[in-house]
This record gives sequence, C-alpha cells and structure tokens, in this order.
Amino acid sequence: MNSDRQVIIIGSGPAGLTAALYAARANLTPLVIEGFEAGGQLMLTTMVENWPGFRDGIMGPDLMAELRAQAQRFGAEIIQGDVTSVDLSKRPFTLKVSDKTFTAQALIIATGASAKWLELGVDKKLSGRGVSTCATCDGFFFKGRPVAVVGGGDTALEEAIYLSKLATHVTVIHRRDTLRASKVMQDKAMATPNISFVWNTEVVDIKDPAKGEVTALVLKNNQTGETSDMAVDGVFIAIGHTPNTALFKGQVALEDNGYIRTERGSRTSIPGVFAAGDVQDHIYRQAVTAAGSGCMAAIDAERFLSGTGQ
Amino acid sequence: MASEKVKTVTDADFGDSVKSGLVLVDFWAEWCAPCRRLEPTVNQLAEEYNGRLTVAKMNVDENPATPPTYMIRGIPTLLLFKDGDLKETVVGLADKAELARMIDKHLS
Repeated sequence: MNSDRQVIIIGSGPAGLTAALYAARANLTPLVIEGFEAGGQLMLTTMVENWPGFRDGIMGPDLMAELRAQAQRFGAEIIQGDVTSVDLSKRPFTLKVSDKTFTAQALIIATGASAKWLELGVDKKLSGRGVSTCATCDGFFFKGRPVAVVGGGDTALEEAIYLSKLATHVTVIHRRDTLRASKVMQDKAMATPNISFVWNTEVVDIKDPAKGEVTALVLKNNQTGETSDMAVDGVFIAIGHTPNTALFKGQVALEDNGYIRTERGSRTSIPGVFAAGDVQDHIYRQAVTAAGSGCMAAIDAERFLSGTGQ
Repeated sequence: MASEKVKTVTDADFGDSVKSGLVLVDFWAEWCAPCRRLEPTVNQLAEEYNGRLTVAKMNVDENPATPPTYMIRGIPTLLLFKDGDLKETVVGLADKAELARMIDKHLS
C-alpha cells in the first residue's frame, strides 16, 4: 500500500466515511485510518430514525457498513488501527499508526467524540461491573433488574427506552428540572410505564467498589442538598461527550471547550488540515450533520490540493 | 472469520477448560458491536501465542451460568486464567500490544 497520500482521513464515523466517499470520487484515493472505535458512535446504537431517506429507520451498524462499502466502491482505502501521533508542523503531514508511518498532503480529522464519565473515579472502577456508557452493549446483563440512567439529553432517553424493555424499572436521574432531549424522545419516554424521573439530582457516589459491583447510587438533590441512596444493579451514564482531540493538542487550535476550531467550512488553524463531524461540532452532533461536514471537508481538501481553495 | 485456534467454551466445560495453563476467555455476543471489533485482535493473539496460550470464546447468550460467576456486566470482557486462577480482567476494547504485555507477564 502506498503510504504517501494526497488525503488521509482519521476516523470512520459518518463524517470520515462521507469525506472518504467524496474524496474517492474526486480521484484522490483517500486513505481512511478507521481507528479503534471504527464506525463511530452509530455502531453502539440500534435504530436510527432520523437519517433522511429511510422512512422506517435503519440500524446504526448497518448504516455504517453501507457507508463504508460505498466509500470503498469508489476507491477509498481503509485500514484498521489508531493513529498514535501526528506531526502537522510541515507538509506533507506525518502520521504514525503503531510502527507504520504515513504522509499526507491534506488531512481530514474526523475522530469524533467519546462518552463522558462522571469523574467520580469509582464510575471507571466499576465500568463493566454495573456502570456502562452503552445500553445496547450491556443492557442484556440487567434483564429483570432495576437500573438508572444519568443524563437528560436524547442519548439518555434513548438508553432509558432501550433499557425499559429489559430492566424491571429505569430511573432517569437529571441534574436539572427540564430535559434537553427532543420532544419526540421525551414523549416516548414519558409514555413508557416503567421509566420514572428524578429531577435536580446528581450522582455523588456509586456503591459498592469493595464488592466489585453496583448495588446503589448516592444521590444529592442540588436544590435542597439532601442526599439519599437508591438501590440499582446498573447505571448507564449519558451525560454528553468529549471530543477526541488528544492527538492534536498544541498543534491545531481548539475552542475553549476542547473542540477543534473550524472556520469557512471545515478549515482548521493549519492550512491543509480540515475537521469534520463531532470533533468540531458541539451544537448539532447528528449523524447527518456529521456526514454533511465530512462532505464539506472533502471538497475543501480537494480545492486546497488543486491550489484554488485557500 | 473465526480463527480455528480459538476454542468455543460453554457453561458445561468452562471449569475444565480453564483449569490448566494460561487461558484467555473472550465473553461476547452476536449483538455486541464492540465484541466484533475486538474479535480480530483475539484471533491474532490466538495465532501468535499458539502453544503457549489457549484462547477461548464464550457466547453469553447461550451460556447464562458462567458470566455471573465472574460478575460480568458488560461485554466484551476478557478473563485471563492461570492454572484455574483468575489473574486478569479486561473490560471493553483493548489494544493488542496492551493485551500482549498482560499475557507476557503471566507467561514467565
């Protein structure tokens, strides 16, 4: 395989694969380094009901398999592995994937975002022992048991609805008194008999690390300051995402919240480096907006390479 | 694309399967996307450590008894046994180099 490329795309969610599709169709034979979490967040979802063109919805993993095959059909090359370091100080840019080195005239960053943890320490310690950030992965183990979901956005409610079919009861714990989730998700969750809500409440501790399993949550009402225990066997954390930018720190300008700064489409602070999808978008964060920005990045990269774009 | 070096274990033969030598068990299910992502890594480890390490998989859908014994509440989970004793637990996706280091530690 040629390791000196016109375009390299890091990441293989909707942004990365759409960028690959467009770059491939522009004869740039892009290389996609798909990463450890290949396919991105949609690989962990079930039915995607808001991807345009599928009136009955499409399963997240199926959508990603289609997108991947479509990009490959036009000549995108896809390799496994995580990028371990990048040097963006001069062109061509240099990337390392374990012990292999690649160079690229243009780079598209589409590394996405990963689920946030509570930062209690104990939540990571009990990961896979009752604490999870993925209901479709781990919900199975909570058949006939009570669980909690922490968060108030679309992801939190989606997890709650999924879990309501397995668990005896799902309690959604939210630190505010209103949900950020879309109306349609709210209606669906409110209409589910075994989902209930606890408002203005934060999780301050998880029991019981000594036993190596989750037995209860320690909750604190942020209005009254009162604390209480809630017995659950599992807790699913859905409190948002952190952009995957560790590789680029100190090289590409980031916003104060850690997302990559883009302007005039997908341009970053470095000419020839473009960013697309959730790594640069903390507002919309949809599969279809990620795909749209991936398309923009490919077009921006193509114009940059032909010397007409900057 | 299962490697033929990876052995399938069940509730019935689990105890016997892990009782001697170094055994890595991959707990997985069809519906688990991260498990599918980990599969090539597990297969490669089975090839590379052939003869020194037994690599096994257990489908959690078909085998309800074993996962609770080890308090497994999420998959993929890898358990590493040495002569029947549980030595390491790895929850979630893991890097091949990281797993190799962990295995090497118990080979010596």
